[in-house]
Amino acid sequence: MSRQSAPTAFAALLRRDFLLAYRRRAELLQPLVFLLVVITLFPLGVGPSPKLLANIAPGVIWIAALLASVLSLDSLFRSDYEDGTLEQMVLSGQSLALIALARTVAHWLVAGLPIVLLSPLLAMWMNLPDAGVPVLIKSLAIGTPVLSLIGAIGGALTVSLKRGGQLLSLLVFPLYIPLLILATSAVSAAVVELPYTGQLGLMFSGLIGALTLAPFATAAALKLSLS
Amino acid sequence: MPINSHMLSISGLSFERYFERVFEPVSFDLAAGSLLLVTGANGCGKTTLLRLLAGLLEPSEGEIHCPQQALYAGHNPAIKDDLSVEENIRFWMRFMGTRKSNPGNGLCQQIIEEIGLAPVALQEGRTLSAGQRKRCSLARLLFCDEALWLLDEPYSNLDHEGIVMLDRILRAHLDAGGACVMTTHGSLRPEGFDLQECHMQSGRHHYAGAAA
Repeated sequence: MSRQSAPTAFAALLRRDFLLAYRRRAELLQPLVFLLVVITLFPLGVGPSPKLLANIAPGVIWIAALLASVLSLDSLFRSDYEDGTLEQMVLSGQSLALIALARTVAHWLVAGLPIVLLSPLLAMWMNLPDAGVPVLIKSLAIGTPVLSLIGAIGGALTVSLKRGGQLLSLLVFPLYIPLLILATSAVSAAVVELPYTGQLGLMFSGLIGALTLAPFATAAALKLSLS
Repeated sequence: MPINSHMLSISGLSFERYFERVFEPVSFDLAAGSLLLVTGANGCGKTTLLRLLAGLLEPSEGEIHCPQQALYAGHNPAIKDDLSVEENIRFWMRFMGTRKSNPGNGLCQQIIEEIGLAPVALQEGRTLSAGQRKRCSLARLLFCDEALWLLDEPYSNLDHEGIVMLDRILRAHLDAGGACVMTTHGSLRPEGFDLQECHMQSGRHHYAGAAA
């Protein structure tokens, strides 16, 4: 039996995911619009005082990014599960972890990366001091892949439930807490010109840990959901 | 295609769901070049049996001896609504690999012609009828090289031409030394094949009204 080589299958899956993302671009824009709306609402809600906004900016931007990323997680495996694609993938003999990784990479590229790219604009809206902006971008660049990787585990666990969305957020939010604390403390430290490399370093180690372990956990969760 | 005299052999196979057998234990052997027809009423566990054979479920009792990965075509067609017929088939060819080491553009076109979807090749999956979906999902039979096929109600939704087409594909597969397990609930059966039959019995106790 000739099984397709892993890199070719990985590339085929990424290619399909980008094509699907392009066809469903309205669905993709929703989390980003949500992010922009939340950030716009804050100055209206807490008052437009520049000092206050600058103080809460790192936390607000990060929480909004976190919520936006969870919004798109529920659909990560759902359509593949419902139309039988997932079971065909499992039977194809490809490693399920590889499939999970491909889906997660695609998810980050279409849902996480735009958040990183939008972050300078969000920082400006929230009046984040200039010293904090590069660190905010760095923290999001390191942190959003972790959101996708950990979120994929939750998405895989809840894929067989009819309405798994709420459960999914309950499952993954606790796991996001260390990331949120480290990221906001790094940005706040940078604003007052304190060292912040420690926090970013810890986040990076989290990224490496998630990158090596999360696909296997996602694969196990998918297997569980399929049986 | 590898030719093994024994493609599949199962003995005393059963599956429990919620502490109740889905079907009574089943045993059979399947040799290369043969077709096994699994019959039985709705809900008697035919799909569960195929999912067990495919390896999607773990058996509760009995053994499955299946030397190679089988090709499973279930009720879910694995077709993306947002991709065209051609894009769907092309994705699966890239993802699963094909019999030919280097499939050109030609192979995909040829497969689309063969399953009779050429007129709708560029239409999105969502616009297909149930029969066209079935045909599209059967495209896998033409490029995968698994020797054992597990087909779950392959005739459902197919028109007469589709049934003739499927029989032709199946005949070629069996002649090449492949084997196939197919389920059917009765009305449609493969014509003119030398086949084994396995009749399944539901393991569930019949509902006998409220307990007195």
